[in-house]
Amino acid sequence: MIEIERLTKRYGGIAVVDDVSMTIEPGTITVIVGTSGSGKSTLMRMVNRLVEPSQGCVRIDGQDTATIAPHELRRRIGYAIQNHGLFPHRTVAQNIATVPTLLGWDRARIADRVSALLSLFQLDPALFAARYPHELSGGQQQRVGVARALAAEPKLLLMDEPFGALDPIIRAKAQDDLKTIQRRFGTTILMVTHDMEEAIALGDRIAVMDKGKLEQYATPATILATPATRFVDDLLGTGDRAFRYLSLTAVAAFVETGSAEGKPISQERTLRDALAELLWSRRSALPVVTAQGDPVGRLTLDTLVRCAGRPQ
Amino acid sequence: MRLSLPLVLRLALLAVLVDFLVEPGRYRGLLEPLTENGAPAIYNQGDLLALTLAHLATVAIAIGAATVVAIGLAVFVTRPIGVTFLALSRSIVNIGQTFPPVAVLALAVPIVGFGEKPTLIALFLYGLLPIFENTLTGLTQLPPAVVEAARGMGMTEGQRLIGIELPLALPMILEGIRLSTVIGLATATIGSTVAAKGLGEVIIAGLLSNNLAFTVQGGVIVAVLAVLIYDGLSGLERLAARRAGRLLAVETS
Repeated sequence: MIEIERLTKRYGGIAVVDDVSMTIEPGTITVIVGTSGSGKSTLMRMVNRLVEPSQGCVRIDGQDTATIAPHELRRRIGYAIQNHGLFPHRTVAQNIATVPTLLGWDRARIADRVSALLSLFQLDPALFAARYPHELSGGQQQRVGVARALAAEPKLLLMDEPFGALDPIIRAKAQDDLKTIQRRFGTTILMVTHDMEEAIALGDRIAVMDKGKLEQYATPATILATPATRFVDDLLGTGDRAFRYLSLTAVAAFVETGSAEGKPISQERTLRDALAELLWSRRSALPVVTAQGDPVGRLTLDTLVRCAGRPQ
Repeated sequence: MRLSLPLVLRLALLAVLVDFLVEPGRYRGLLEPLTENGAPAIYNQGDLLALTLAHLATVAIAIGAATVVAIGLAVFVTRPIGVTFLALSRSIVNIGQTFPPVAVLALAVPIVGFGEKPTLIALFLYGLLPIFENTLTGLTQLPPAVVEAARGMGMTEGQRLIGIELPLALPMILEGIRLSTVIGLATATIGSTVAAKGLGEVIIAGLLSNNLAFTVQGGVIVAVLAVLIYDGLSGLERLAARRAGRLLAVETS
């Protein structure tokens, strides 16, 4: 558990992070959203003390981070950034091995870990371990950056706009992969982004920052349904709020008995995907199946339309 | 290593130079037309090979010392504790460059006497600036994301300097050393005016006795050395740049 308590950072008398308190549950993804200059990066960088707080404290599992030497603290916390920051003069394997090497792991353990991570990120170790970062595509560099951040099995991972430099298709894939890996290892992730869409797609909870203040800290559903301030409302945009709300729920929640014609949809997809499929194929109901393809019922357009409204 | 045409030419040039230094007598015919009144065509007041080695040693010692001091200074002023000295060290190093080497020799002789020492001092002062400025540029223009990542991974300041910053700045540092070395090779010739062993002796002897053959052989040896060392260090630089993950266009094309 990470407890941020009355955290403040001032530069020349101006507070860029102003009295922020929040608690992050272990094993969840928390996304800090805000415009540039909102203080979101500064807030995150105070967690691993890349920025020293002016006031307040951060506790990780009850321990005040101010009592740990900064470099020791950072070795325990994964860190992935935009433009990956891979060391250009070191191979992919050496890059991933950075923190384990600093921690003094033995060679065999490091080699095992590097291969395991490369495979996890769908990069063949035989092919990629000895390559240099400039020999990789943007998406591959980004994956190596995240693999490097996870190398020493940190319980907490900080990510500063990790997908900012990727094109939309690779970005969506990277987000999916991150979610899968996070569920598998139970890593606590604290991520910064300026993209509300990304926050809703990834976050278990979203923290909205504006001018150094924490405007709202809640689940995506709550933020969409009841934005706490005008700023949160503006950040959400009004155009596709209903669709974003639908994207938070899996089809499984609204399956009813009965049958329908045509191509089925998996119950693990979101209601938004289901609505798109219904509209596009001009049907009024979809057959729903499990991930393995066994039929479980149907989902009707009427049900969807009822769910898409603002919660009362 | 591939044997490209420029490389073959340089190796050939090196072979000719070594051959000339070991057996200068073979080239007498080539230089004789430059002499008058039956004057000797090949320098006869000392061994050309020994003079060349002494010349190279002077440059190596002076530039070696300049490298250590300049890199040390550049590292110091780019650390948090040294930042306040950045402007000061810049002006000191610049003064070293503005003093003409001849003036340094003239001022140094009364203090340290005749011989190698005044030359070493002049070359050292003259060599500082290019190495210092280049190291400074190399250390301050590192990719921000790389520096940030190194900090965020939990590297200590020393680990970042040795493991990340210096290797990435190495191509720039080598460029500074190359400039200083080539300047030093040429400047070392004037050391002979204060009795330093070196190729300047050959040139000055030629000027004093009006023997064009001496002047030409002294000058050409220095020029060939400068060209070869310049090329050799350029090659090292390209190697370092490739290892630092730069020069992408060259790699992929």
